[in-house]
Amino acid sequence: MSGIVQAIGRLTIKSMRDLGKIGWFLLYSLYMIVRRPGSPLQILKQIRFIGAKSLFVIVLTAAFTGMVLGLQGYYTLAKFGSEGMLGTAVALSLIRELGPVLTALMVTGRAGSAITAEIGIMRITEQIDALETMALDPFKYLITPKFIAAMLSLPLLCAIFDVVGIYGGWVVGVKLLGVNPGAYFYEMEKAVVWRDVYSGFVKSFSFGVIIAWIGCYKGYYAGHGAEGVSRATTESVVLTSVLVLVWDYFLTSILL
Amino acid sequence: MIQLTDLHKAFGNQNVLNGLNLTVPDGQITAIIGPSGEGKSVLLRHIIGLMQPDSGQISIDGENIIGIRRSEMNRIREKFGMLFQNAALFDSMNVFENVAFPLQEKTSFSKAEIRTRVLSALEDVGLKNVEQKFTDELSGGMKKRVGLARALLLNPKIILFDEPTTGLDPIIKRAIHQLIKETHEKFGFTAVIVSHEIPDIFDIAQNVAMLFRGEILQFGTADEIRNSTNPVVKQFISGSLDGPIQMV
Repeated sequence: MSGIVQAIGRLTIKSMRDLGKIGWFLLYSLYMIVRRPGSPLQILKQIRFIGAKSLFVIVLTAAFTGMVLGLQGYYTLAKFGSEGMLGTAVALSLIRELGPVLTALMVTGRAGSAITAEIGIMRITEQIDALETMALDPFKYLITPKFIAAMLSLPLLCAIFDVVGIYGGWVVGVKLLGVNPGAYFYEMEKAVVWRDVYSGFVKSFSFGVIIAWIGCYKGYYAGHGAEGVSRATTESVVLTSVLVLVWDYFLTSILL
Repeated sequence: MIQLTDLHKAFGNQNVLNGLNLTVPDGQITAIIGPSGEGKSVLLRHIIGLMQPDSGQISIDGENIIGIRRSEMNRIREKFGMLFQNAALFDSMNVFENVAFPLQEKTSFSKAEIRTRVLSALEDVGLKNVEQKFTDELSGGMKKRVGLARALLLNPKIILFDEPTTGLDPIIKRAIHQLIKETHEKFGFTAVIVSHEIPDIFDIAQNVAMLFRGEILQFGTADEIRNSTNPVVKQFISGSLDGPIQMV
């Protein structure tokens, strides 16, 4: 019996310690963004990596998401004779929910995993230790540029996702299924308000923080060897994806 | 002077440092030898503050480094250079950028001045025309030389060497030892070298410390250790399978 209690105690202490460590990592990263954000060149490099290089996958995903929404939305709305509302349905689904969330999940898969692997390899090959021994703060060179880049890139990628998705829905709804093009955009313009766009951007921005936070944290504390980096990368993608979905629920309930 | 007092460090149930005491004299080369897995690299990482002991004291030139703020630790780290086991070069940079990096970040030298200093540092370690190469294009010996050039560049007072010749052929090994000796004579830094190179290390180290079971078993001049009557030290130096050091 005492063994079970001890095991529960050990697990609790370890969980609390890990929570403290991951929380401290976020706070220190945000503090460093204000204090020493890194050079503009490093930030631009990261924007290129996290943002620009994700563009293709974002456009592709957005186009097909919009097309699926157009197809599903058309047949559902047609039952009620409301095909004209298709633009509204596609736009609101994308701007409020699917745009920010799918953008975050795609960037997690493409860039979040790479961030963890890059920092993890630097950890196991002692490159991070080398920075510390030179009295240089690794956060300034490795972490804060990635945070800033993710916070700037995600809302922009999300905006592109929304626009491409809306046109994906337009191609299917208007060009293939014959919805009135005027109604598609006119109803959309009537229904979508600034608050919808704003909440999408707030979500994207916070998802950017989550992607950089977990990606960097898992790499920074990667275990030993190739196996340690591989495990860290997997954990990073899984944890980031789960956190994005959980945080999305809470943000939605606040922003609605 | 580096002073370690009653240092304890455990990983889980394994005690790695067990009340270790060591004083490293200024301006000399001190080698730390001992069986694999005894905590020699852990000891180096404690000296430069990459690890914190469970208990005990570490002082650098009389200043305690345990539990101090990061900014304080960084001020003390200005005195250090370190050559890691695998050189720890930044793999996203070429040789020039690797060596120039600390200068760019910590000094206000002009680009031309940095270039002159980097090329001179590379020449000091016997490297020419490699500035544009990336680290994966370098041999093990060249990586160590680049690492040494980077460590030397800011004229540190203390340089820590973590197994600087591991994995190198005998000629390159000899060349790296010679390089450490020559640069030490030229710059006069305090060197702490973790090494398995017996007996070669006795040729360059003025002092040798034998680490065994988490403690410094014997500390003395290279000759004193070479001629030690301690059965553990004798067995380790001779590489004999029979004796108090048991293979696991």
